[in-house]
Amino acid sequence: MPILSITTFLPLVGALFILIQRGSPEAVANQARKIALITTLINFVLSLFIWFHFDPANPGYQMVEKAEWIPAFKVNYHMGVDGISMLFVILSTFLTPLCILASWESIQTRVKEYMVAFLVLETLMVGMFCALDFVLFYMFFEGVLIPMFLIIGVWGGQRRVYAAFKFFLYTLLGSVLMLIAILAMWFVAGTTDIPTITATHFDRQMQIWLWLACFASFAVKVPMWPVHTWLPDAHVEAPTAGSVILAGVLLKMGGYGFLRFNIPMLPEATEYFAPLIYTLSIVAVIYTSLVALAQEDMKKLIAYSSVAHMGFVTIGMFTLNAQGVEGSIFQMLSHGIVSGALFLCVGVVYDRLHTREIARYGGLVHNMPKYAIVFGFMTMASVGLPGTSGFVGEFLVLLGAFQDNTWVAALAATGLVLGAAYALWLLRRIVFGKLVKADLKAMYDMNIREIAVFVPLVIVVLWMGIYPTSFLKITSASVDNLIKTYETKLAAAGGVNVAAR
Amino acid sequence: MEVLVVFLPLLAFLIAGSLSLFAYGHNGAPKGAAAHGHGHDHGHHDHHHDAHGHDDHGHDDHGHDDHHPAAPADWRDRTAQVVTCGAVVLAAVMSWILFFQVTGHGGTPRTIELFRWMKSGTLDVFWALRVDQLTAVMLVVVNTVSACVHVYSVGYMADDPNKPRFQAYLSFFTFCMLMLVTADNFVQMFFGWEGVGVASYLLINFWYEKPSANNAAMKAFLVNRVGDFGFALGIFSVFVLTGSLQFDVAFAKAPELVGKTLHFLSWDFDALTIACLLLFVGAMGKSAQLGLHTWLPDAMEGPTPVSALIHAATMVTAGVFMVCRLSPLFEYAPAALQVVTVVGAFTAFVAATIGFTQFDIKRVIAYSTMSQLGYMFFAAGVSAYDAAMFHLFTHAFFKALLFLGAGSVIHALHHEQDMRNMGGVWKKIPVTYALMWIGNLALAGLPIFAGFYSKDMILEAAFAANSPVGMLAFWLGISAALMTAFYSWRLLIMSFHGAPRMPKKVFEHAHESPLVMLVPLFVLGAGAVLSGILFADRFIGHHRADFWGKSIFVLPAHDSIEAAHHYLPGWVGTLPIIVGLIGIALAYLLYLLLPRLPGAIASTFSGVHAFLYNKWYFDELYDWAFVRPARWLGHGLWKGGDGALIDGVGPDGLAAATQNVAAKASRMQSGYVYHYAFAMVIGVVTLVVWLSLFG
Repeated sequence: MPILSITTFLPLVGALFILIQRGSPEAVANQARKIALITTLINFVLSLFIWFHFDPANPGYQMVEKAEWIPAFKVNYHMGVDGISMLFVILSTFLTPLCILASWESIQTRVKEYMVAFLVLETLMVGMFCALDFVLFYMFFEGVLIPMFLIIGVWGGQRRVYAAFKFFLYTLLGSVLMLIAILAMWFVAGTTDIPTITATHFDRQMQIWLWLACFASFAVKVPMWPVHTWLPDAHVEAPTAGSVILAGVLLKMGGYGFLRFNIPMLPEATEYFAPLIYTLSIVAVIYTSLVALAQEDMKKLIAYSSVAHMGFVTIGMFTLNAQGVEGSIFQMLSHGIVSGALFLCVGVVYDRLHTREIARYGGLVHNMPKYAIVFGFMTMASVGLPGTSGFVGEFLVLLGAFQDNTWVAALAATGLVLGAAYALWLLRRIVFGKLVKADLKAMYDMNIREIAVFVPLVIVVLWMGIYPTSFLKITSASVDNLIKTYETKLAAAGGVNVAAR
Repeated sequence: MEVLVVFLPLLAFLIAGSLSLFAYGHNGAPKGAAAHGHGHDHGHHDHHHDAHGHDDHGHDDHGHDDHHPAAPADWRDRTAQVVTCGAVVLAAVMSWILFFQVTGHGGTPRTIELFRWMKSGTLDVFWALRVDQLTAVMLVVVNTVSACVHVYSVGYMADDPNKPRFQAYLSFFTFCMLMLVTADNFVQMFFGWEGVGVASYLLINFWYEKPSANNAAMKAFLVNRVGDFGFALGIFSVFVLTGSLQFDVAFAKAPELVGKTLHFLSWDFDALTIACLLLFVGAMGKSAQLGLHTWLPDAMEGPTPVSALIHAATMVTAGVFMVCRLSPLFEYAPAALQVVTVVGAFTAFVAATIGFTQFDIKRVIAYSTMSQLGYMFFAAGVSAYDAAMFHLFTHAFFKALLFLGAGSVIHALHHEQDMRNMGGVWKKIPVTYALMWIGNLALAGLPIFAGFYSKDMILEAAFAANSPVGMLAFWLGISAALMTAFYSWRLLIMSFHGAPRMPKKVFEHAHESPLVMLVPLFVLGAGAVLSGILFADRFIGHHRADFWGKSIFVLPAHDSIEAAHHYLPGWVGTLPIIVGLIGIALAYLLYLLLPRLPGAIASTFSGVHAFLYNKWYFDELYDWAFVRPARWLGHGLWKGGDGALIDGVGPDGLAAATQNVAAKASRMQSGYVYHYAFAMVIGVVTLVVWLSLFG
């Protein structure tokens, strides 16, 4: 059974169903919501089968599907997952139904189109993580932009057009360069098959150019400093669910790209550029943490915190040791859940008061205790409290970094302090203090639907924090394989002393 | 039983937390803040909001415990109280059983592995409960004091509308603290370490309407995070050096690491020294040692039982416990031990100097705690770990007693904390008064009382260590002992004697605390009297090696306690008592016989007094050096870096330029860059589709 393709394209079937709904706008909207929720839930269950069928001991690609697509250019429809990509598929299918649920009441215009956009988005996200052909990957990778652009541009806030434009411009400029890199690789390898290209050797000079081209694309997606400025704007203007997907999955595409392309395909360039990555990441951690401290808009603050957290991710993967790389994958998964949850937390109060201005809030714990608990819990997860998912990723990344370069570890570890500063400062201003404003007093606590959104997130955060083994054992074989590939290729290239690393 | 001891409080926390969150219907919703979201919701919308008209006291340096309107306990409160108290009392009883099983001759230390936490490459960490002699001592301390505080809180918080939440937090704290002390690896210790930090944050912030409480809680968490920053780097260095984070494995490697270097940042350091120093930074944060101490006095914003449990008896001693636990590493890093000694000694001294100028009864005790922690650290620094742990043990009883006693006074005087507004109440609250005497006698280290045995041992060991830093610690310790006795009796006299300085109505209403508060005080009082005399021989006597087993490691050459037992001039042992008596006499002289004199002295030496009263200006210094620059930088980077520079040159500039060009070139085209971009994507997609169909 081609389970990966089914998981990838099932949402499109749901989208089709929505499109053929007829009746009063009200009824169509309701139908659209229900169909979208059911489709994404089924898809989540399906994706769990991928997890069950996955053999953690096998470092290679599993559940592979391959069919000829464009034989003239040796482009194939090639799908498969390994320990690096599998959990991202689950992450995508896990977050999408929650997003649908979170949009239940807050989206009232063009509901049908909105749900279709989300379902298409899911197809593209899942497809991107499964694709094992560069052209296929590129289609999914770029295709994601379209529904996301629409979600921000149509259902976004007041400055949505500016934000959508900025988002699009940044990401596209990067990807154009990647397209060129793909073409160049095709000329050398004669194929766009990812496993084949991974086994192909590129000479050093070419590696450097290819690396930079791919880097341009992925760095924007991560986003790394200084190409991060699209993110706060995009988040601020996006509807809540858009932010969740943006932070939860789309940012991970950049990190995934580094792991899938830059590191195994271009090891010499990776080694050459690792200091650059370190530098940019450290700047990201410190700079954006400080900037987050100064924010007056809830979503902007969390957006900046995302940049800082993704800084840990990029540090981890370029340490090229087991703890660092596994930590960075874990951190991506954790950040997907936690920052998604934080954006949902913003959404809860935004739906009630229609403002994201921090100063308008305060003292919500009095009338929204359940909300305060969830928000507080997720804040703690975001600052990396042991026992929550945030800790495991940060800890492993820093441990990995410390083995490679103590400066990197020490500077990045300042993020522990700064991260706690902006997160607690946000929590204090929103949740604690006196409840004085009349409109705040009128706000009611979370309802069943909202709690249903958060309960799975809380459970997963605790699970990942207390028993991360379930996740780490999935990634470990593939990560070891990745490191081995990297080191063997470096050694083969000669001139570089692998043992010294 | 080990599992029960640790997890009963967690269970109690979950039950009480759920009660506080879900058992309240439409109105009077209690205000949970971070009992993690377990359980299910009934979907009530709380439309009723009761703003419990708290008067804003503003925040001066004698902030009051907040005053709540009476809220009689109902079944939910009672259930929460019974469950949490029951669980922790049970845990305390079992801790004592474990204590006698594990310690002493023929004791049986044990480790129970629960399940794997994380494994990545060569890193392999388990959740485990290690109960050895050191842990057993901590279990007894933590659970006994916690049980007392749990029960005491039933009375102390009787007027508070959020009883289940308070009890839940106390149990949560207890659980984290137990995880910390039963850790058998660095990572689980870090778990407990940060867990107690969160519990402390929640409890300081318990009265979350008060901005001062909010700020104090944040400050506590952040300053501790600075310490944890060092702790984390220390953990990483241990992993790099020994290849493991499991205590026994890492300890076994320590002797081989002597003389090895570790390249840290850009320099080569002695490997164990740098690792131990980094770990010690963590201990400094948690235990409020000089430099990272500023959060502790502010933490007094929390309800008084919290101060007794967390900020006196248990959490703040975690740093001392950590150094003792890591004695097999520290012993091979003599330079690090010297730093520990010096930091501890100066903390003991500086805190004492601040202590005798403060007027808030809780702050005086807080500085006294900080000072006593300094004693424990310099004891550890001169390798007298046994003495450090013994002082930790006795201090837990008498300091918790002092805090809870102070709480009883505050309770009696309707939440008055400023000693300038007390006085003359000793006849009204005789039991509290007597217990405060006991606590202070123990703190001042007078014979028979608990502090006498442990503090004397520390000072003797410092002297016997026969090293420059040991001598420094000894003399600073002696002068701190003088000040300790002085400010303890200053506290007693100002609070209980002289003319009543509070409003007449308050004085008339002053009342002894209910039994539920007094019984825990009796228990702690018994501890303050007896814990020294009963346990001195086991902890620090000639057979202490039997008592501690392998849990504490001392190189024979460092064994300062052994030296103190054998070669010590007689005056070293008596000097602490003498200075203690002098301090008490001075306090009587200044505050009872010549009550005008302190004011006169303060105004004569106004510069010195202001310096001490303002806590050596640490807060102002940090605000100026770190807090303001961070905010200023944050704002500057945002507006200047992101706004003007990156966006200005990047997308906005590009867009503006493109629009200009486009507008000039042709009015037919829209001029929006994203239109082109969008067209490009569509183009690429079409291209690929075309290729796939016709290629």
